[in-house]
Amino acid sequence: MSEKVRAEIADQPSWRFSEFLLRWETILICMLAAVFFGDTFVSPYFLDVYNLSDATSNFSEKAIIAMGMALLILAREIDLSVAAIIAVSSLAMGLASQAGAGPPSLVLIGLAVGAACGSFNGFLVARIGLPSIVVTIGTMSLFRGIAQVVLGDQAITNYPAGFQALGQDYFTKWPPLHYSFCLFLIIAIVFALVLHRTVLGRRLYAIGNNPIAARFSGIAVDRIKFGLFVLSGALSGLAAVLLTARIGSTRPNIALGWELEVITMVILGGVSIAGGSGTIPGVIIAVFVLGLVTFGLSLINVPGIVISVILGFLLIASITLPILTRKIMAMR
Amino acid sequence: MNFLLRHREVALGLIIAAMVGGIGAYAPAFVSAGNIASVLDDTSILFMMALAQMVVILTRGIDLSVAANLALSGMISASLSQHFPHLPVIAYIGAGVSVGLILGLFNGGLIAGVGIPPIVVTLGTLAIFRGLIVVYGGGSQVNASDMGDVFQAFPKMTFLGLETVFWISVPVAAAMWLFLNLTRTGRSFYAVGGNPVAARYCGIDIRKQMLLAYTISGTVSGLCGYLWVARYGVAYSEIASGYELTVIAACVIGGVSIAGGVGTVPGSLLGALFLGVIVNALPVMQVTPFWQMAISGAVILSAVVVNARAERRAGKLILPEARRAAGTAK
Repeated sequence: MSEKVRAEIADQPSWRFSEFLLRWETILICMLAAVFFGDTFVSPYFLDVYNLSDATSNFSEKAIIAMGMALLILAREIDLSVAAIIAVSSLAMGLASQAGAGPPSLVLIGLAVGAACGSFNGFLVARIGLPSIVVTIGTMSLFRGIAQVVLGDQAITNYPAGFQALGQDYFTKWPPLHYSFCLFLIIAIVFALVLHRTVLGRRLYAIGNNPIAARFSGIAVDRIKFGLFVLSGALSGLAAVLLTARIGSTRPNIALGWELEVITMVILGGVSIAGGSGTIPGVIIAVFVLGLVTFGLSLINVPGIVISVILGFLLIASITLPILTRKIMAMR
Repeated sequence: MNFLLRHREVALGLIIAAMVGGIGAYAPAFVSAGNIASVLDDTSILFMMALAQMVVILTRGIDLSVAANLALSGMISASLSQHFPHLPVIAYIGAGVSVGLILGLFNGGLIAGVGIPPIVVTLGTLAIFRGLIVVYGGGSQVNASDMGDVFQAFPKMTFLGLETVFWISVPVAAAMWLFLNLTRTGRSFYAVGGNPVAARYCGIDIRKQMLLAYTISGTVSGLCGYLWVARYGVAYSEIASGYELTVIAACVIGGVSIAGGVGTVPGSLLGALFLGVIVNALPVMQVTPFWQMAISGAVILSAVVVNARAERRAGKLILPEARRAAGTAK
């Protein structure tokens, strides 16, 4: 009896092959396979373990932020200030490093500053009740502005070697994996389990589908939203640690424009911008699709800005085609 | 105080006046007629962009692609001038405007026709438009020396001490006010954003309104593309980078609600003027330009907090007591 009820949860319909084919994750997997074979075809250097491994470090930091962003968008909020949080967090680490802090305290400072920035966003959104898109546009300029005021046109570059190793060395010898990629995998698995296998995860879907109904069913909506913003800030802090360690410098324009790339990952991953639907595996596959398209195109010397045109088309086409397909199928 | 909260344009106007007065007390040069005129000239493009963005936000949408649209239209207009330097200026303006219109239609078609959320579409087209500049120009830039004389001189011609760019923004703003307040289509934007379901029951074609909103936004961006490129004398892929956020900030400061259905033409203009005054005041106050971003961030946040207060008050009009008060006022 209980098994039967479980199978009939309204937003989890029974398994059907035609439904499975039109599932977003299936479409993404096909895209990933196409990109993979396409890349293998266009460049002989693609299937090189070291090349692939270095390719991961170009998207792992963004992917880590995308995990937090996915939960926020799922809960009908958004955080446009993530890249600006990286700037502030990196600035704090730079100043600490100039004061002689060692690698462990640098990492802690990066994470703490990120979480503090996130809790500021969370306070304004969850406590005062302001719309997150406007709040985070404001904090985006505020945070990056702080970095600009302190740094001017200077850069901080004197990081201890032990800290830079975090971004530049391999975590495992074989297969050669970077710290950032391993952290991304761990975070992705934890987030997938929390979202899809725990009560908290179900609550996030409830909030995203109908915040008012969620409130009336006893979910602490504001507290959870506050927590999500702190989480998003802390993950941005972590990305700041990894990015600062990798490039070994802090500039006011560090990670400029990343918020848009992160949101692209999440939306391509099938998370609805209206909230309440989307999965972590979808976002993970989207991260790989975007990462491999970028890597493949850069291997054949396509300029970065042309890659961004292609990614823009990819984003729009991948959302448009399923909608059009459904419309055409509904007409028949 | 209640009066100020209810008439936020007056409040914002007073704040700007106080700010200009304060800066003038510190640096008298700032309040000279010539400098005030140059503040207005510098802010003219933001005036128009904020008004166009307001129309989109009224329908509960957002257009993040405006700055990229501006850059692409400006680039095409500039390269027309590079290849045909002796055309009448209306041809260059027309090129910018029509490119902007097509790009706006593209956004609107995807949003209203296919039904993709505005933030997703314009995020994608933001990347596409910027990239197309490089694809179109092969990564090269058009400098002042490549542009025709007519092309460059037009926005800088002065009349009554103010540049053409300002005199263009005046009829645009007036037309926008007339359109939004006195025409059925204009009022419908408020209805669509205020309550889409009710708007549909009133017989308003929501999709047509949304298509129109993004087309207006694109067309104005195209016009500003020409003005920007001709005024600053350079066109390349990175001009006005991040400007979309300044435009949205001007709307928010001017009291346009991101939830749709709330916003006025004078409010948006004052929001833009507020940012314009700050940008122009920093060098006068001998503050490094690095402060600009942090200050505008702080201003946006305070504006949202104030807006939220005002909206909460407005929401209480449902109560009988407030309704009676509003009834006597009208």
